[in-house]
Amino acid sequence: MNKLEIIDQLKTVVKPYIKNQEAFDNLSETTDFINDLKINSANLVDVILDIEEVFDIVIDNASMEKMLDVKSTLAIIETKLAEK
Amino acid sequence: MKKRVVITGLGIVAPNGVGIDNFTNAIKNGISGITHDAELERLQFSCQIAGKPTITEAIKQQYFTELELRNFNSTGILYGVIAGMEAWKDAGLPFEINENPDWDSGTIFGSGTSGIEKFRESIYKIDDFQTRRLGSTVVAQTMNSGVSAYLGGKLGLGNQVSTNSSACITGTESILMGYDRIISGQAKRMLVGSTSDSGPYIWAGFDAMKVCTFKHNHSPEKGSRPMSASASGFVPGSGAGAMILEELESALARKATIYAEVLGGNSNSGGQRGEGTMTAPNSVAVQKCIQDSLKFTGLQSNEIDLINGHLTATSKDSLEIINWSAALGLSNEKFPYINSLKSLVGHCLSASGSVESVAAVLQLKHGFIAPNINCEDLHPEISATIDSSKIPKKLIHKELNIVIKASFGFGDVNACVVFKKFK
Repeated sequence: MNKLEIIDQLKTVVKPYIKNQEAFDNLSETTDFINDLKINSANLVDVILDIEEVFDIVIDNASMEKMLDVKSTLAIIETKLAEK
Repeated sequence: MKKRVVITGLGIVAPNGVGIDNFTNAIKNGISGITHDAELERLQFSCQIAGKPTITEAIKQQYFTELELRNFNSTGILYGVIAGMEAWKDAGLPFEINENPDWDSGTIFGSGTSGIEKFRESIYKIDDFQTRRLGSTVVAQTMNSGVSAYLGGKLGLGNQVSTNSSACITGTESILMGYDRIISGQAKRMLVGSTSDSGPYIWAGFDAMKVCTFKHNHSPEKGSRPMSASASGFVPGSGAGAMILEELESALARKATIYAEVLGGNSNSGGQRGEGTMTAPNSVAVQKCIQDSLKFTGLQSNEIDLINGHLTATSKDSLEIINWSAALGLSNEKFPYINSLKSLVGHCLSASGSVESVAAVLQLKHGFIAPNINCEDLHPEISATIDSSKIPKKLIHKELNIVIKASFGFGDVNACVVFKKFK
């Protein structure tokens, strides 16, 4: 799966949680989940559970803590996919 | 001058009608909401009939966002939010989202449990070492105050936001608590009401106690028989009722529709002393609760036009009638009209007091007495105490001025509230 494909999948995952449509439409690697997309911080765990399901990976607590923006999330997904 | 409290909005999710119009039609025409429940049969309950509101997907989407409905599994919150928001809308109160909360409006919305199905689902996951996969909404769905928390957020309430819990008096008590909050000058508007989860996990304990009927699994609409000689236990129900209590001045200033005035009432306990236990009422306390309500409101018992009783369809119905009669000092033809909504909806448990209070206020507002069904064979102890004409089996159109509603619950607790036609 290349980066663009991962971003596409990621967009589908976060879509139900976003509160800022404009930031979502312009989503890039620098997009922050809470500050830009206005995702409720409590929902971040739901986003991560959905990512686990969609990509069929398991994300440990330490990685989870870092997944606050698109860039770090992409890096973690790529790492976990490579480990498979 | 003492403040006055009026009702400016109603909301209802009942087994025999969702929404005020449907419910009004159902109670006027004696339409039962009791049906056979396949899940209770599969689980080999003794009682396989129940009262469960019908909530369509379209109604759900009207009150909850798509995100809120993800992994949502709490019927109590579902019913409570729908009823609470209907009452708010009915009162003509605004839904726009402002920066600041509405400091003058709060809620006391009661419940017995919250999201018991969600709780069960979570327990299975936890025991399967899947705690990390629970998601973020288990707490909000299963905390007892879930219903008031959801409502508080949807309506932007900035006054007290709380949930009371006191078994089957919960709904009636919430009205008294909201009334107190307004009378004491701490709030202008209180959304009051209560809700109850549906399903086997809330009803099983009652089934095990053998207090539910097992004789009507093939005749559900005949199952709930308050005041009948052939009453054989209550039918479990569920749903939610809600009302907007408002300080009179605020209601008049907004030119709001006024359904009725709340005169107040009383809540007490028999202390599980005398004949009172965890499950049986202390009649001294029951009578005192009714009499103290009259004392508080300054009414004479002969001013009461209609009693909406607790009357669950167990062997305790006769005792309740005897207690009303003794408390009011009225019997036979002198006794006021009395009805029990439970013949139509079953016993909605923590929601019963509010569902039945909404029915009481509708009868007061629209000038009718809803029929009792399934009591063509009145219990002889009841007909020996009050005249059978006081228990209408057909709809009566009649101007009402005072309606009194009481609820009694496990823990030997009692609550009684008085509604008056607004003049």
